[in-house]
Amino acid sequence: MSAGPLQMQYADLAQQRDTAELGIWAFLATEVLFLGGLFAAYSFYRYLHPYGVAEAARHTYIAIGATNSVILLASSFVMSWAALAVQGGAMRLGGRLMMLVAGLGVLFVVLKGVEYAGELSEHLWPGPSFAIATDEPRVGEVFYAMYWLLTGVHALHLMIGVIAVVVIGRRVLRGAFSRDYHVPVRVVSLYWHFVDVVWIFLFVIIYLPGRHL
Amino acid sequence: MTRAPPRRLTVAGLALLGLFGANVGLAFLLPTAASLAVNLGIGAAMAAVLLVVFMELGGRLTLYWIFAGAGFFWLALLFGLTASDYLTRFTFAPS
Repeated sequence: MSAGPLQMQYADLAQQRDTAELGIWAFLATEVLFLGGLFAAYSFYRYLHPYGVAEAARHTYIAIGATNSVILLASSFVMSWAALAVQGGAMRLGGRLMMLVAGLGVLFVVLKGVEYAGELSEHLWPGPSFAIATDEPRVGEVFYAMYWLLTGVHALHLMIGVIAVVVIGRRVLRGAFSRDYHVPVRVVSLYWHFVDVVWIFLFVIIYLPGRHL
Repeated sequence: MTRAPPRRLTVAGLALLGLFGANVGLAFLLPTAASLAVNLGIGAAMAAVLLVVFMELGGRLTLYWIFAGAGFFWLALLFGLTASDYLTRFTFAPS
């Protein structure tokens, strides 16, 4: 049993906060390895087939990808602001900002859905009906297999982040945290920024190759 | 606590948008091979801003840096060992 937010195994709230923060950093390190394997597969395939990958990448919807990048960067800014607001005791502001973060996350997913729908209508899903107008269509098919996997895994992470932000944001608005105890906000904030960092590199390797005018 | 965002967050946010704009612009201006290194470099700079300012790693205890760096250390091993195969396949062709 514990009295208030301090769990029985910790000496004080500072130790509890440090443990939670180091825990989320350790979790993020495992995420780096999980996603790193996918990035490595893509990178070495691109090394082996630079022309075919660049050709296929040119078919991605860069306008939607760029818009989503700006949305995620803005959401990270708002998330940091929210965390600092909660830390400073401005719970209503912090909670509302977290809801804005969740809204931006939903907007990202909606735009991603629009993008996916367009790509499906263009037969860019790997399989018997896959069709792409490039010199190396088989390389293009493998590129799109990686595209769906990488962006799909990222979108899944983002949707989990939206749920986490909404759950913790609602607790902020209900007054569950204080200046001394707000570590769940900090933890969900770190997760959200990590998803943003992953997208920064996804955008570079998926949308930018082959754009030279 | 004011309702306005802290100045350092605003500066970091604007820096991220500027770097992102530069990244997209350079992808169109530079040849593909050259733009890859530049785009990844700018991406790394953006990630650094996020890590140091938004994720508040700046000024943290060494222990935080070790935890945060662990994933990247193992990632470097993953890429390094994979590269030792793919980048040398044509150097050591089977006899």
